[in-house]
Amino acid sequence: MLRFIVRRLLQLIPILLGLSLLLFAWLRALPGGPAQAALGERATPEAIARYNELFGLDQPLYVQYLRFLGRAVQLDFGNSARTGRAVTEEFFERMPGTIELTLFAMLFAIGVGIPLGYLAARRHGSWLDSTSVIGSLLGVATPVFFLAYLLRLLFAVELGWLPGSGRQEVRIDATRITNFYVLDGLLTREFDAAWDAFLHLVLPGIALGTIPLAIIVRITRASVLDVVNEDYVRTANAKGLATATVRRRHIVRNALLPVSTTIGLQTGLLLSGAVLTETVFAFGGVGSAIFDAIFARDFAVLQGFILMLAVVYVLVNLLVDISYGLLDPRVRVR
Amino acid sequence: MTAMGDVKRRRIDELAARAGQVPEGEGGVSLTKSAFRRLRRNPVAITGAVIVVLFLLVAAFAPLLAPKDPLTQYLLSEIRPGTIPGSREGFPLGVDNLGRDLLSRLIVGSRQSLLIGVVSTLLGVVVGMALGVLAGAFGGWVDTVVMRFVDILLSIPGLLMAISISVLLGQNQYALMIAIAVTQVPVFARLLRGSMLAQRDSDYALAARALGIRRSRIVFGHVLPNSLSPVIVQATLSLATAIIEAAALSFLGLGDPDLARPEWGAMLSNAQAFLSIRPELAVYPALCIIVVALGFTLLGESLREALDPKFRR
Amino acid sequence: MQRRPPRVLAAGAAALTAVTLAACASSDRDSGEGEGGGEAQSGGTLVFGAAGDPAMLDPAFGSDGETFRVARQIHEGLLGNELGGTEPVPELAEDYEVSDDGLEYTFNLRQGVQFHDGTDFNAEAVCFNFDRWYNFEGLATSPSASYYYQAVFGGFASTPDTPSIYESCEATDESTAVIRLTQVTSKFPSALALPAFSIQSPEALQQYDADNLSGSEDALSYSEYALEHPTGTGPFRFESWDRGNGEVTIVRNEDYWGEAPALDSIIFRTISDQNTRRQELQAGSIDGYDFVAPADYQSLEDEGFQVLVRDPFNILYLGFNGGNVPGTNANLALQDPRVRQAIAHAIDRETIVNSLLPEGAEAATQFVPPTVDGWAEDVTTYDYDPDRARQLLQEAGAEGTTLRFYYPTEVSRPYLPDPAAMFQVINQNLVDAGFTIEPVALPWNPDYTNAVQAGQADIHLLGWTGDYNDAYNFIGTFFAEQSNNQASAEFGSFSAPEIFAALAEADAEPDPANRTEQYQEANRLIMDYLPGVPISHSPPALVVAENVQGLEPSPLTAEVFSTVSITD
Repeated sequence: MLRFIVRRLLQLIPILLGLSLLLFAWLRALPGGPAQAALGERATPEAIARYNELFGLDQPLYVQYLRFLGRAVQLDFGNSARTGRAVTEEFFERMPGTIELTLFAMLFAIGVGIPLGYLAARRHGSWLDSTSVIGSLLGVATPVFFLAYLLRLLFAVELGWLPGSGRQEVRIDATRITNFYVLDGLLTREFDAAWDAFLHLVLPGIALGTIPLAIIVRITRASVLDVVNEDYVRTANAKGLATATVRRRHIVRNALLPVSTTIGLQTGLLLSGAVLTETVFAFGGVGSAIFDAIFARDFAVLQGFILMLAVVYVLVNLLVDISYGLLDPRVRVR
Repeated sequence: MTAMGDVKRRRIDELAARAGQVPEGEGGVSLTKSAFRRLRRNPVAITGAVIVVLFLLVAAFAPLLAPKDPLTQYLLSEIRPGTIPGSREGFPLGVDNLGRDLLSRLIVGSRQSLLIGVVSTLLGVVVGMALGVLAGAFGGWVDTVVMRFVDILLSIPGLLMAISISVLLGQNQYALMIAIAVTQVPVFARLLRGSMLAQRDSDYALAARALGIRRSRIVFGHVLPNSLSPVIVQATLSLATAIIEAAALSFLGLGDPDLARPEWGAMLSNAQAFLSIRPELAVYPALCIIVVALGFTLLGESLREALDPKFRR
Repeated sequence: MQRRPPRVLAAGAAALTAVTLAACASSDRDSGEGEGGGEAQSGGTLVFGAAGDPAMLDPAFGSDGETFRVARQIHEGLLGNELGGTEPVPELAEDYEVSDDGLEYTFNLRQGVQFHDGTDFNAEAVCFNFDRWYNFEGLATSPSASYYYQAVFGGFASTPDTPSIYESCEATDESTAVIRLTQVTSKFPSALALPAFSIQSPEALQQYDADNLSGSEDALSYSEYALEHPTGTGPFRFESWDRGNGEVTIVRNEDYWGEAPALDSIIFRTISDQNTRRQELQAGSIDGYDFVAPADYQSLEDEGFQVLVRDPFNILYLGFNGGNVPGTNANLALQDPRVRQAIAHAIDRETIVNSLLPEGAEAATQFVPPTVDGWAEDVTTYDYDPDRARQLLQEAGAEGTTLRFYYPTEVSRPYLPDPAAMFQVINQNLVDAGFTIEPVALPWNPDYTNAVQAGQADIHLLGWTGDYNDAYNFIGTFFAEQSNNQASAEFGSFSAPEIFAALAEADAEPDPANRTEQYQEANRLIMDYLPGVPISHSPPALVVAENVQGLEPSPLTAEVFSTVSITD
């Protein structure tokens, strides 16, 4: 098992290197190059020359790349053009919010998706089945930002049940420790703050979780349908095992394997979707910062955030692979 | 073809399906043909196909179908901030915030959505295919390099990649198409490589090689054509994604700068400001996007099922 | 020049309104509970939705509305703005005298005023601030840092090539500061009402290293002072800034020299999306916000919110660039006056004003609003007449001329609430008149403002909200000579010596009556030359919840929250 993990970790290296190369190329390809990206379009030629010298942009490309890499390894992506603060600092300040949100979205998708998919498969052909199939197709086809607007209009504005923007009611003066607001509230025993922060996750979380939900319902349903017809289930049934036992031990467990891989793949979808949902809900996470950076043409932030998010994505998939390896011994051998 | 023959064929077909393979040759039907037959009997596939065909027809004949000019601001002088005239004689769905006929804009907008979908998917397919063929046909270090590159592309969440490309290329409709295409490239590359690998060791490829046929001829004459069906399936699904993604990029302000040109995604994001006054301005383009995306998804999924032996039971 | 986005915000209702308001405010307080015993009444917290984050809170380095919105509550200058109006009024100065030659200003300062850090406000503090600005060095002298200082005073001690009109500041006694200038300008002393010229605590400025800017011109990193310790004399003190969530909290200054504010605290919360701001107000999680979409004025009123409409004190125009700017693609067609006139005749300003802008907006005949001295009744006007436009175009042999039409995205300006709609209507007007349009959309800051100011557009939408009531603040900003007998690149560096001369003369004219006449002449010349089409003056609005009292809308968009209270 250890060898498997080490091997997978080693496989990360070329991916991360390639990623940095790609972003380096992106920065070089920007109109005016990195100096202009960092200094702005109004930079004087002297300022650009100074910058180029300072960051070694007058050196051969490979030297430049190595320097870029050196700084990237130290998580130094320069300062935001919009706020003047270190990109990394902003990232780590905002990431907890995005993690909370994506976790909520994922738990929502899994918590609703797996039971629904399972039930749909068990009652194959029933109205529940058709509804969930149609619903899941619709879920994938609806633009996320439109869904977010609808949810907010309905539940925050019209009904007033849930907060429709931000991470915390501004009038609550909560203590911050980790920047995970729910966690902070629990740690400091400010339970009202924790509850409030949680409520702020609900609408954006549901908007963000809809596509993964739709996909999980579909995959669960399909894989349960597959498994029910497998020989071992038939054998178990024939053996006279209690239906509940068959379901638990044989159907659910085996059906969940493909589901768990898709969950890993959904992370990318969630990180993409976070840009849209966080923007609509004015949620102070990484996604809304990317949106702002697009409009401010804040290349330092775009580059740093995208690289770091890609790393997060790769790491999550690695974790999923490893846990998959734990679940299914066959994977380790391959 | 008699009715009798039809029933018979269908029975063979079903039998073949249950066995997991389709007998080829005189009495049987080709894989594609049998898949097509299964499709015809699948209500899901029919629904998808009907939507897609309708969409294509509307897009093709948009100028003839649109009752009004989509650019003319007919009722602009009647509009006041906060008041947009609703539907009326000559404007069955009402007008947008600049007094243009909504129905005509929806109809003509289908063209732009189709264009974005098709161009970006085609671009994605072509580049992805090139990479996939390169990897699949050569194998060895070429394969390693290409597939690592593809993995790297896959490691950037789709929309983020599209954003990066859009920012790089500036705000115009071609940038939009390219940005979406780039997110499709790795998908098609993997797909192509996978299905080529699967066939590289197939009997006919081995046989061809044994006959001393050149590699390029094997690849382009046999292996590639046989790999196309999954590509078609994926392309159908990708069209749906492309249309939705175009809407997202429009929402992020990276869409077509010519706002007069009707496009569903831009219409939808533009209408958010009038959600409380005229929700239909948002609802109609949203419905168009959802229905068309649904159509392509239904068609694509049923194609996939039809072509995948696993689903043939 | 409109280097940076917002520029200032405005203010100005009549004195009468101010009096009424004061009466209201005091009656509110009287009816409030807990007034007795001399204890400050607990007034609760107001949450206000801002469209963007402040850049920082040292107003000397500020030039945008969101920075000034917060800074204005914390800091005060020698002059302030008349409540609800556009005229400068004494604030930290009780009054001032001008010498006969107009070069020496003696300010008599308010006494017994303390900065938030407990140090005294006095003449030395005033001179410390003036000398601070004059002695900026390095990055602090870049236009992106000290835009307003440069707009008013010119250069710095360290820039002999660009002399400053500031000569000296002398503290003749504890409460008298004498400021000397090297030449007369229309901008002084009116400009002192701008937050950029706030008097800040010398001790805090030094302790937290306020002038220490780092980064680059377009990505300035500000000092600890500007981010964590802004220290002024204003009715509110800086409390905290949660950057992750875009929340700036300021609290009541208990030791305020004037009437202490009713509110305990104000939280400015950044919600960049205009629809989100509206929905948050409707959901009750904010108490008010700025930049209300014209479409929402009525519906918000109907729902019981108070839409506070400011008097229009701005101008939206379509600027032309005839292409004398080196390094840009010239569109020489625009050098032909007939083509420029054709564009002016092609635009249907009445419909634009009626259909796109809020009630109270008016079509513009020139580049200053009618309330500004120097507005001329008899300028050449260009009525909506598409036939005439086509004809002019034909005469000029320029049918089908392609114009690259620049417009900004995702922004709402006080003079331009919905750029996309404005663009589409004008675009259609121009197409109808026989032009071919190539649209270019750019995000407002920095791409759009940069591109347009660099002269990359053929035609573009831009505007201006006045900083104070003076015509030069409008037309001087747009059309004053930049160098070598040329106007700014934004207007294609056109050469019109008569216009330049008229503007320069007016700026240096000490007598207000003469100055007004000279401005009128300048306006006539400008509208004959037609360097762009003035389109509209539009009344922007804020909105607050029903229970928020005492917020007086300012035409300069320079609202002060010290008079605001919340009732239950």
